[in-house]
Amino acid sequence: MKSKLHCFLMLMCLLVFVLSSAAHAQEAVEIKIGGVSGVEVRWLNEMVKPGFEAMMAEAGTPVTVTVVEFSGSGEDLRQQYVLDLGAGTGADVMSFDGFWLPEFAEGGLLKPLTEVVGERVLEWEGWSVIPEGIQAIMSYNGQLFGIPRGTDARVIWYRTDLFEQAGLPTNWQPTSWEELLDAARTIKSALPGVTPLQLNAGTAMGEASTLQGYIMALLGAGHHVYDFEAKKWIVSSPAILATLELFEIIYNTEGLGEVRWQLVRNGRDLSFEAFSKGQVAMLVEGDFLWRGPLAPGTGNFAMPNRNEVVTFALMPAREPGAGYLGQDFVSASGGTGFVLNANSANPELAWELMTYMFSKESLDALQQLQPRIRARLDVEVPNDPVMSRIASEVLPLSTIRPQLPEYNQVSAQIQLMTERIVSGEMTPMEAMQAYDAAVTQIVGEDNVIRIPLDK
Amino acid sequence: MQKAILSRELSLLFLAPALVFVAVFLLYPFFSIFQMSFTNQTLVGANAVNPQHVGLQNYLDLFNTRDWMRRGEMGHSLWLTAQFVVGSALIGQAGLGLSIAVAFHHRRGLLREAVYTLAIAAWIIPDVVVAFAWFAYLDPNGTLNQILRAVGLQPLDWLFDYPMLSIILFNTWRGTAFSMLLFSSALASIPPSYMETADVIGASPWQKFRDILLPLLRGYIATDLILITLWTFNTFTPFLLTGGGPTYRSNVIAIHTYNVGLRFFEFGKASAIAVIVMLINLLLASIYLFISRRQQRQTA
Repeated sequence: MKSKLHCFLMLMCLLVFVLSSAAHAQEAVEIKIGGVSGVEVRWLNEMVKPGFEAMMAEAGTPVTVTVVEFSGSGEDLRQQYVLDLGAGTGADVMSFDGFWLPEFAEGGLLKPLTEVVGERVLEWEGWSVIPEGIQAIMSYNGQLFGIPRGTDARVIWYRTDLFEQAGLPTNWQPTSWEELLDAARTIKSALPGVTPLQLNAGTAMGEASTLQGYIMALLGAGHHVYDFEAKKWIVSSPAILATLELFEIIYNTEGLGEVRWQLVRNGRDLSFEAFSKGQVAMLVEGDFLWRGPLAPGTGNFAMPNRNEVVTFALMPAREPGAGYLGQDFVSASGGTGFVLNANSANPELAWELMTYMFSKESLDALQQLQPRIRARLDVEVPNDPVMSRIASEVLPLSTIRPQLPEYNQVSAQIQLMTERIVSGEMTPMEAMQAYDAAVTQIVGEDNVIRIPLDK
Repeated sequence: MQKAILSRELSLLFLAPALVFVAVFLLYPFFSIFQMSFTNQTLVGANAVNPQHVGLQNYLDLFNTRDWMRRGEMGHSLWLTAQFVVGSALIGQAGLGLSIAVAFHHRRGLLREAVYTLAIAAWIIPDVVVAFAWFAYLDPNGTLNQILRAVGLQPLDWLFDYPMLSIILFNTWRGTAFSMLLFSSALASIPPSYMETADVIGASPWQKFRDILLPLLRGYIATDLILITLWTFNTFTPFLLTGGGPTYRSNVIAIHTYNVGLRFFEFGKASAIAVIVMLINLLLASIYLFISRRQQRQTA
């Protein structure tokens, strides 16, 4: 009996020894990349991971790269990051939207690269080929927090096949809101069952409502959400009212857009799907629509004939010359990238991985999967005339959102304001007054301006 | 007075683990929430690092008479929650549960087994699975509308046009089993001779229900109502179905608290809402307890 017990204990000791030595031999450090989706997951798993692991193994510091896919919305991802970082955890390298940065940095959830890794981050060869304006996407208060993927721009995507059926020109370019609405009216009467125009609004779509819906229209009406010279938020103005009236016309008085998609949770995907099936004629969206959801082969709503039937027009100002900074056409840009988590146990290795991802070779490989405007000037857009036009024609007209910690809260109020119009809860005037009160409470009376309404 | 079996010291010793547990997991969070409700603490932005004391400001904002009944605000949310509790817990779960229990009282057979099995199945399936199934069921092209079309009725966009009705139906379906089981075991404890005597003197089914079953069930009904009111008041599952929308039209208080706290990360304001919800729960529980104590005294 005693010998049996003895034997058992010996076995246990042996087992523990074997297990611990196995763990010892496998000393590769794990580096996690979080928040990625779509073709980037493929790129990271098939190209970046094997390449980087081989390189590091050769250098004598073996690592294992783990790619953590995220399939929720941008709002869901932001929520996940706030909770992860607030709890002192999270992936080492995180895919990140630039406009979240100010509130994360102010809240102490993210730290500058020079603080997490050290001054040597500034020596990376890539910075010299990334313009400062693009570096700013992943910067706050003059400090770098990550490496930008690139920027984007917003336009009116439209289906030339539907335009042709409705008797509209296929090289269409409206020069005023009235011409935009006229095209929508023509489609409504010529093609029953087709939703003419979708301009995003409502809380369910989150930032998509603010940036490609409200801000795209507001810029055309004459100003931005923020007065960059006076450094104040504009909370009441004829332009805001005109913008809200545009939503009112599209969704209520003339029924040119589908209300349901703006109010239900999966509305954005429903609108993409409908567009891909030829049930929506015009969709105001970022170039993300073209290179992401609709991309032949890789998109969630892939259109094999995308290049033949989808094209874009610039968003016109309300009247020619009436747009932001006196422009005839307007656009809004955002930008995303990757940040380094200050909670990372291996910030040095995580930084190595980031520079590997953003080397010219890696990005050239990614361009083959998804051509777009990349941050690095030495990475070209291969063979995609539409994306090249976005870069050459739209970007020069485009403007960015205020990089301020209050922006996200104001944006939530913008979404609510547009929702109140689309759902018919309030008139444009009532909604603007509610917005005025709410934003004033967020940023303080000293930080708002009101432009008188001319009667 | 009966002499205690254990000494005072010894009984405290035995109680100590439970008391420590309550203190750490109940009292401490309660006080920290209470304390946080007087600050502008957030999880993002400058107030995450340097929260300030704002006194009663969070509470004043919540009860701001100008817009507290607006969609997406707390007052509106409490009103929806009241509809939800009355509709799905009191009328739905308790009413339906009681009806099923009485209908199958002293009956055996396939129908009873089928109804009980289905009700219990609805109760024990995990939330996410159930919500997904209902999402598909209530979709414009979902099963329910296919049934409606098949019998020649107009299909409806349930989750979009009738979000409150949808979550009330959903929660009734989801939770009826509890009331049903509670009432059937209560009914089983009533001596059959009562009902047999009533049959002999020719009482109608309604008279038997009103004069025999209901008085004997009263205590159980109170217990049932306390539990399901509190559960329904605090349930978060409708979020999986409607997300509180569209346009906050099914934004019950649990979803509202979640949105303020964990979507907008305004911990101070969310704590103030949590304190108010806690007070409402305490009030509801004490009303029910008061009623059931009084009844116990009457029957004693």
